[in-house]
Amino acid sequence: MANDNDTTTGRELYGYLAEFSVPGDLLDAAEKVRDAGYENWDCHTPFPLHGLDHAMGVKGTKLPLIVLVGGLAGLTLAGLMQWWMNAVDYPFMISGKPYFGVPAAVPVMFELTVLLSALTTFFGMWGLNKLPQHHHPLFNSTRFKRATADRFFISIEARDPRFHLEKTRELLESLNPDALETVED
Amino acid sequence: MGILLTKEIDNTVHDPTRPHELITGGQTFTSVTDHICGIVERPGAPKAWWISIGITASLAAVMFAMIAYLIFTGVGVWGLNNPVGWGWAIVNFVFWVGIGHAGTLISAILFLLRQKWRTSINRFAEAMTIFAVICAGIFPGIHVGRVWVVWWLFPLPNYQAMWPNFRSPLLWDVFAVGTYATVSLLFWYTGMVPDLATLRDRATSKVRKIAYGFFALGWRGSNRHWHRYEKAYLLLAGLATPLVLSVHSVVSFDFATAQVPGWHTTIFPPYFVAGAIFSGFAMVMTCLIPARRVFNLQNFITLYHLETMAKIILATGTMVGYAYATEFFIAWYGGNPAEQFAFVNRAFGPYAWAYWTMVSCNVISPQFFWFKKIRTNPWSLLVITIFVNIGMWFERFVITVTSLSRDFLPSSWGYYQPTIVDILTFVGSFGLFFTLVLLFVRFLPMIAMAEVKTVMPQQHWENKTARPVGDYHGTNPE
Repeated sequence: MANDNDTTTGRELYGYLAEFSVPGDLLDAAEKVRDAGYENWDCHTPFPLHGLDHAMGVKGTKLPLIVLVGGLAGLTLAGLMQWWMNAVDYPFMISGKPYFGVPAAVPVMFELTVLLSALTTFFGMWGLNKLPQHHHPLFNSTRFKRATADRFFISIEARDPRFHLEKTRELLESLNPDALETVED
Repeated sequence: MGILLTKEIDNTVHDPTRPHELITGGQTFTSVTDHICGIVERPGAPKAWWISIGITASLAAVMFAMIAYLIFTGVGVWGLNNPVGWGWAIVNFVFWVGIGHAGTLISAILFLLRQKWRTSINRFAEAMTIFAVICAGIFPGIHVGRVWVVWWLFPLPNYQAMWPNFRSPLLWDVFAVGTYATVSLLFWYTGMVPDLATLRDRATSKVRKIAYGFFALGWRGSNRHWHRYEKAYLLLAGLATPLVLSVHSVVSFDFATAQVPGWHTTIFPPYFVAGAIFSGFAMVMTCLIPARRVFNLQNFITLYHLETMAKIILATGTMVGYAYATEFFIAWYGGNPAEQFAFVNRAFGPYAWAYWTMVSCNVISPQFFWFKKIRTNPWSLLVITIFVNIGMWFERFVITVTSLSRDFLPSSWGYYQPTIVDILTFVGSFGLFFTLVLLFVRFLPMIAMAEVKTVMPQQHWENKTARPVGDYHGTNPE
């Protein structure tokens, strides 16, 4: 467990963690950290905070494109599967219907498009977020447990090229957080 | 739980000069977390929970016993006959699939329509969707007769080198219900991960830490994660929206593509979807009204929420009534004698009792919701929604059984009666459904905390420098 600014435990420094109790303060603070040019930093909130993406300068995600590919794959797969199974590999006549006709194939094409899109969305989102993750240094902080309840945090990682033990601390202190601590891994 | 009684607060009247209070009682982020987590963190379940789950689990056990009896003996233990080859099993299947629809409507369609009130009820309704689809899936599964070859429903390679017939709506149904169950589960779980992380971070026992920690996937509230998470949520909502409309449409194709009079009508897809939403909302209310009382959730599921759902029941109930009238009109106007007979027979034939039960429950009972007093009284809401549930089961019974029992050939007419096995299997499916609901309210957060927090006014205005942000244009709601 990290004490304030105690880096003498011999463990590697992960970074600083600043705590805020009010969402508006986090938005203000995030803008200042962004403007200071940091890259390896993050905000942690109990719910998606409106306006924080802009305040942090988070770029758009490519998830929709991946989902489009998944959906098209589902559509193609459903079309080919129905055609091959009912018209090529095992054709049989029933009610005088054609072996393969697009109208009768539409429901399954629709369903598999949705199914593969949804599966791609689900696994794509967790994959891009690099979750599930067994351990993260931030979980060493006791205060951080409230990031999923009612507190708002900014973390700046030590591996950021602009990270400086003194200057980064001064920046975070100037944002008037409720608490500021170092986190070690 | 510290709170013993919560007063009903009337937030149904909306003062346009102030932001609408969706969550009442001056809640903060802390109090929301404490209240919702407190329900599942309470050591030892209350006695009432044990008694309830004892009853429901016994009923579920009866259902599984009946299914075992059916599999060992054959479908002859049901009341099926010639010509009524589809009896209660199909009625129950359509009934339970319909119940599920409210969950997806609330989670997906109301999300796209930016209906903020959905955040208090979406978790519960989505859970109900999944449990209802589980109950629904059992019936066609055991109805096929030779249960051990039920995997022939899926396009899997088998020793006979044959493939399923994709020109059959029954196969479309396999894909529709399968996709629906999968997507509903993904949506429900995705929405729950941040709340599971909350429970993980509050957990004191090792078992809870491991269990919630495993399913929370290491979620740490990172905004870079939230960004993709919200995009994924939007995509899932966009995908689930046509899906929910398609599921009951495809179920209706099972009937509408047949030539049986009373089934062969083009109105079936929209009519089935309206009915599904109608019955689904009724079941949500039937479950939520006792739950909000038992768990003191009146500040989260407020009278406004109940009134809004009552309005949706009124609207969809009226659509269903309109569909009944249209069916009759088209039967007459279409000039097909078999069709005309089918509908006259429904209303005045041997199953007239079922038809008029359906009309009373589905068409007449929701009309009471025109009165605000009835819409905002939990007791009257509970009674009427139970009637709607009964009526919607009868609707499926009327459609399935009356049409089959009197088809083209009078010499093959018959009267269908369920056996005790039919009845106990159906009653037992309620046992399974409510067992799953009880397990859900005991171990999982029944209100989406992370989503509720986004509709609380604090997230928009509370700020040390008093900078107004968000949707309220600078008005301070306090």
